[in-house]
Amino acid sequence: MMAARAGTVSDFFFRRPGLLTLALLAPPLLWIGVVYVGSLFALLLQSFYHLDDFSGLVVHEFTLSTYAQLAAPANLAIITRTVTMAAVVTIAAAILAFPIAYYAARYAKGPMKALFYLAVMMPLWSSYLVKVYAWKLILAKEGILGWLAAQLHLTPALNALLATPVIGGPSLSISYIGTFLVFTYIWLPYMILPIQAALERVPKTLIEAAADLGAHPGQTFRTVLLPLALPGVVAGSIFTFSLTLGDYIIPAIVGNSRPFIGQTVYALQGTAGDIPLAAAFTVVPMAIMAVYLTIAKQLGAFDAL
Amino acid sequence: MTSAVRFQNVSRHFGAVRAVDNVSLAIAPGEFFAMLGPSGSGKTTCLRLIAGFEQPTAGHIEIFGDTAEGLPPYRRSVNTVFQDYALFPHMTVGENVAYGLMIKGVARAEREARAKQALALIKLPGFETRRPGQLSGGQRQRVALARALVNEPKVLLLDEPLGALDLKLREQMQEELRALQHQLGITFVFVTHDQGEALSMADRVAIFNEGKIVQDGTPADIYERPRSRFVADFVGSSNVMGPDFAQRHGGPASWVSLRPEAIRVSAAAGIAAPGSADGQVIGLHYQGALTRVVIIAEGTRLIAAVPSGSVSLHEGDRVRFTWDRTALVAMADE
Repeated sequence: MMAARAGTVSDFFFRRPGLLTLALLAPPLLWIGVVYVGSLFALLLQSFYHLDDFSGLVVHEFTLSTYAQLAAPANLAIITRTVTMAAVVTIAAAILAFPIAYYAARYAKGPMKALFYLAVMMPLWSSYLVKVYAWKLILAKEGILGWLAAQLHLTPALNALLATPVIGGPSLSISYIGTFLVFTYIWLPYMILPIQAALERVPKTLIEAAADLGAHPGQTFRTVLLPLALPGVVAGSIFTFSLTLGDYIIPAIVGNSRPFIGQTVYALQGTAGDIPLAAAFTVVPMAIMAVYLTIAKQLGAFDAL
Repeated sequence: MTSAVRFQNVSRHFGAVRAVDNVSLAIAPGEFFAMLGPSGSGKTTCLRLIAGFEQPTAGHIEIFGDTAEGLPPYRRSVNTVFQDYALFPHMTVGENVAYGLMIKGVARAEREARAKQALALIKLPGFETRRPGQLSGGQRQRVALARALVNEPKVLLLDEPLGALDLKLREQMQEELRALQHQLGITFVFVTHDQGEALSMADRVAIFNEGKIVQDGTPADIYERPRSRFVADFVGSSNVMGPDFAQRHGGPASWVSLRPEAIRVSAAAGIAAPGSADGQVIGLHYQGALTRVVIIAEGTRLIAAVPSGSVSLHEGDRVRFTWDRTALVAMADE
């Protein structure tokens, strides 16, 4: 009989396509359902407990008092600082990424395209920590940027920049400017690739049609290119924004000592042992992302998908 | 009189490829002009040179007397209907049609009214709020047409606009385009590789091959008096015969073409006189009103188109093809 030969398993599943789908989906569904969503749920649950101030033990009773702590001025400052940084990094990454992505999608061919992918991806292959420490050296007072500024007689300009209140500091590596530069560098590929993918899908004739109908390049960009690339920009900004919101290493290595959300969570769950407040802090980026995506959807960012 | 479009020794080279090679042409205002040729013959590049998507490597282009080279597409009073329609997927049909007006800064109420008019003109009234994705191919084609026409271009460029439509729709659109052109009086420049389409729609046809115009004239001119083997071959399935064959049958000592409709088919009897040839039927192709009869005579493949039903033939029958000497049209060996 035919069925007795090799391929019996395939034949079995051919007659029961639903079963095959189930068999293929079961492992990832278990992973996402139990390990991923399950731990998120546990986290959410923790945020509704609170820490007893006297005993230092977690009290397993439902309360909103932990969330109320987030509104304390010191904690609000941490949230504002992190969200502002994430927003500025995202905007800068989008502005830097768009022309690169546009060039790669429209003009780069063959070896140039390979070079583009290599250039964008290669930083992702090397260790994140090494890159951050490399930047610390680049941005240090005696670093290459300081040296370059001196060679170009721009040291006064650099000093003036560092004298700016809030974003300045003793050197680039100990200032928000430095933190911003490193964040933007580290997350830039995550912005370039989705924008490039979105631009690849915009047919060249749409750009020509806009020009044909009288739109000069600026108008074509505003009315055709940007709306059609917006899903890519939003996808990229989800990466840059949420990665910046959660990162605790970059601001610890490059920047002044004022903490970001990630560092706060790290400190709270470790030395302080305040798991509920750490959990509540973790919910903040999630809530912000939910709001951000809702607004993006309202603005029609996903209409062209 | 000023030409609507004039090419003076225009070339467009892409590296070593001469996509358009020293082309000169003049299209009269209000003319329906077809550019016909196989793919890669340079016809689309010519259209893109008029639209401004390409700049000539050499030569001079005028649109209604104004120099066009060096002018970007958005500064030219021509509009294009693209082969893939190129409708903006993120806009409604109404926004697509009104796009050119919006760019020009026409007030919303006026541009909506004019978009409505344009949609009525191409028989899609009330489609303003739909999305291009919800339309059929034929409807998209019409919207692309409305989007171009609403700007009242001096010249409308059509790049194989009917290529993606099925036969019945294509024939219907051919008639409508022709009627629309008469009604609006706009110069139409139409690119196609479909000879039937070019001959039935255009006032004048230019045949392209390898970046050059090999012949231009009225459809009847082109069809009845092809000047070269290429044209005879490309425009309809003409019989092409060598100089020897032509001379034996009282024709000129050059390559000649012979339209299949000019051949009469009868039973073979006795010896074929000059102006006729005998052969065995090797193919019979029924095409509705006409049937094409294929024979090999004197080593040359000949095709006759006869009214279906006028002869009853079978493959393998010996038949005689007869034609008038004047039906042999001399042409260049190109």
